Amino acid sequence: MINVSSWISISPEVILLLMTCVILLVDLGVKSLKRTLTFVLTVLTLLIVSVIEIMLANEGTVSFGFSHMVVFDPMGHWLKAFSCLAVLCTFVYARPYALDRGMLKGGELFTLGLFALLGMMVMISGNHFLVIYLGLEMLTLCSYALVALRRDHAASTEAAMKYFVLGALASGFLLYGLSMLYGATGSLDISRVYESISSGQIQPKVLVLGLVFVVCALAFKLSVVPFHMWVPDVYQGAPTAVTLMVAGAPKLAAFAITIRILVSGLLPMAHDWQQMLIILSVCSLAVGNLAAIAQTNLKRMLAFSTISQMGFVLIGLYCGVFEGGSADAANAYSSSMFYVITYVITTLAAFGVILLLAREGFESEEISDFAGLNQRSPLYAAVMAICLFSLAGVPPLVGFYAKLSVLQALLASQLFGATYLVIFALIMSLLAAFYYIRVIKVMYFDQPLTVSNVSAAWEVRWLLSINGLLILALGLFPGGLMSLCAQAIVKSLG
Amino acid sequence: MGLLSIAIWTPIIFGLVLLLFGRDQHAVVVRWLALVGALFSLLATVPLYLHFDPSQSQMQYVEHISWIERFHVFYHLGIDGISIWFIVLTAFITLIVVISAWEVITERVNQYMGAFLILSGLMMGVFAAMDALLFYVFFEATLIPMYLIIGVWGGPRKIYAAFKFFLYTLLGSVLMLVALIYLYVQSGGSFDLMRWYQLPLDAHVQTLLFFAFFAAFAVKVPMWPVHTWLPDVHVEAPTGGSAILAAIMLKLGAYGFIRFSLPILPDASHAWAPLMLGLSLVAVIYVGLVALVQEDMKKLVAYSSVAHMGFVSLGIFLFTPLGLEGALVQMIAHGFVSGAMFLCIGVLYDRVHSREIASYGGVINTMPKFTAFALLFSMANCGLPGTAGFVGEWMVILASVKENLWLGLGAATALIFGAAYTLWMVKRVFLGAVTKTEVAELEDVNSREFVMLLLLAVAVLAMGVNPKPFTDVMGSSVDELLRWASLSKIPR
Repeated sequence: MINVSSWISISPEVILLLMTCVILLVDLGVKSLKRTLTFVLTVLTLLIVSVIEIMLANEGTVSFGFSHMVVFDPMGHWLKAFSCLAVLCTFVYARPYALDRGMLKGGELFTLGLFALLGMMVMISGNHFLVIYLGLEMLTLCSYALVALRRDHAASTEAAMKYFVLGALASGFLLYGLSMLYGATGSLDISRVYESISSGQIQPKVLVLGLVFVVCALAFKLSVVPFHMWVPDVYQGAPTAVTLMVAGAPKLAAFAITIRILVSGLLPMAHDWQQMLIILSVCSLAVGNLAAIAQTNLKRMLAFSTISQMGFVLIGLYCGVFEGGSADAANAYSSSMFYVITYVITTLAAFGVILLLAREGFESEEISDFAGLNQRSPLYAAVMAICLFSLAGVPPLVGFYAKLSVLQALLASQLFGATYLVIFALIMSLLAAFYYIRVIKVMYFDQPLTVSNVSAAWEVRWLLSINGLLILALGLFPGGLMSLCAQAIVKSLG
Repeated sequence: MGLLSIAIWTPIIFGLVLLLFGRDQHAVVVRWLALVGALFSLLATVPLYLHFDPSQSQMQYVEHISWIERFHVFYHLGIDGISIWFIVLTAFITLIVVISAWEVITERVNQYMGAFLILSGLMMGVFAAMDALLFYVFFEATLIPMYLIIGVWGGPRKIYAAFKFFLYTLLGSVLMLVALIYLYVQSGGSFDLMRWYQLPLDAHVQTLLFFAFFAAFAVKVPMWPVHTWLPDVHVEAPTGGSAILAAIMLKLGAYGFIRFSLPILPDASHAWAPLMLGLSLVAVIYVGLVALVQEDMKKLVAYSSVAHMGFVSLGIFLFTPLGLEGALVQMIAHGFVSGAMFLCIGVLYDRVHSREIASYGGVINTMPKFTAFALLFSMANCGLPGTAGFVGEWMVILASVKENLWLGLGAATALIFGAAYTLWMVKRVFLGAVTKTEVAELEDVNSREFVMLLLLAVAVLAMGVNPKPFTDVMGSSVDELLRWASLSKIPR
């Protein structure tokens, strides 16, 4: 029997898949070096898919499809819509860069990127361990290939190797952990797993062993310490366009599967995974921020900054479960969701500027390459400064509200040691402020090495300006996005 | 949109428009536009004062709009007798700074003017915010323009100064953020200051919160021993930056003590008042002595600022109407006087490019008009009766003598040290015979500088001769605040 509503709900994924295949075929006939037709088709597809996702999200209903294999809820739809838009921005920023480096000889950048997006969307919707695993593999396999897209480039190939070996290990961890959980509960369906663990008749030893492996794999995907080793090397080694592809949208998907597995599935074991998350989070904040201070390469610095930012996301996930109110739980998870969405918006703009400044044969990834940017182009210097101040958490930019809402949730949970953790996190963000404003110092206070003006294609200029303004506008009016996250979480997790 | 919003957002919008001017080929337009913006924002504050009802102790011109619904944060503005003059002062000093930068700043004029106008709006926001999160956002946002002003247009060690300023003040305010979130959670999810005034808190918690606020506000004031950033920053900042920093930014800290620490944490404030009075006295006496030996004019005035702000914190923690009003008057007076002092140094620096006292001598011979102004401001700086500097110091000394004779005696020595370091500097810079060729070639102030100094001189004299408009508006608001500060909040 064909379930119509399931097919309607999954229509964005179907459209994406069909269009990706069409683009793959059309691209064979494209002769233009710029691949304009492929690019336009890709952008249109992404726009259509994100619009459908937003429409579905606005319905605000929760339903399951394909015999409980996938779940459709507002949280998922919003995350999928944001992923589409993030990938869209990535392509727009990446195209001139890729063109200069001969990465557009074939259309792989676009098709692999779209398949990776499909993987993310499957991950976000998954309500079944195997569906999640399938989506994850689809995303990561595309990512490995994308990182190695410049196959004549040594650093890029090395990064791909590292990413592949460690990524395969993490996938193995996840699969092993999931098989333990399956063995203990007898089900791969997340809702059933939840029910059977709640019944309290499951042997806890096997469960906890499985949980440890699952959390390790999630930590790898979220890039938190001590599973962060791949992040700096991959960020630095990959072509910047691909770095953005790895650093941006996949974080949304990683957040979604963390919520699905840990909260929807393993909530009765919260006491166990909370301890793991808190250690991961503290380590990430410390290692990420301390290591970032020592970096001279901007991509590497942003990699360590990502690690520390993900530490904050984990704080929000950590403090969702405590004795008492479920309203506060939603509060904590929605603060994490808000954090991860704003982080992606900021990362897009920051890498957008790096991509824009890179020219043929010049990567513009050292911090010193940004010297005197304000004299060369006040607009892009301002966009970059907005991103960095936002990542540092200085109001009135959106990064401040993200940190505020996470820390507020932590303090409201009154978990053991919450106050100390808040102070620790803030001291760490003070350290972070140092390396962020150091880049601003280079852009604004130092003299430029070249006086050449910065030129950019019109679509890059406009999208980058809008992206920068969005960070500022969300800082002045953060209420809308916050309520959106809160409602999505409340409706999705019940 | 209410009058307060207009006052706050006029300069910010003008500043943003200025930032859109790309390069320096439009410098002339940019300067005039900045002047118009500064004038408009000063004019926007006038109706605030004219329609102000001094007999009311409640907030006036209140605006209360939901801002972040999820966290019950409101765009809640209002001013009372404590804050009204700071709004006017901010707009006035910004106008002066725009005039002072006219032909001095030639690089990236639009960014310089834009940064000052935005900064001005943000600082007014701090004085008008009645919602703690809104306060924090304005308070922190001032760091961004100030960091850029110091770093881009500053002196040789500008980078060190900019980092020291940013990180020092961020460290303080980060701890305040913990306190704010804690109070938010304790008050059942509200950032409303009025609600926090009524929130019961036990003594231990109050002490912790008091020091969290102390970290933010004492650094900003700055109180001894966390004042060390100020001399470095003042020396390296451009003239306008120093003037704004001394005239307005330091007041944000003292204002924070008055608006947050005293009424929200009355018991801790009383318990730790001796410490605060002690630190204030150290600032007044010890830092006054430090100022005496400075070779650099800007550093000297910076240390004198620390000493004068010591008076302010002294007055605040006496918990008497006279002391608090004295502190407020001293803050406003110091805004005029220190701003004027830094602008005077700027006038000399633009010509000779040195801040060393030793590079000058006998300036009166070549710049008689300028010396007349400088002398007036110096006299105000040492608290000569009839100038703005006298009123506040006298009120604080009187209040401290009432409290304790020795306290009053200690505070009064500041007048001696103040006179000593200021007059000694005047003697070495302005008086005597001309010995340096640079001084011999000096030209007196042009009409732009004359207008700028005249405006300040009028303000300094008017406040000294007739302080009534300043003290009249404060009375009932100060009484109301002290009423909150005297109610114990420890639950029984």
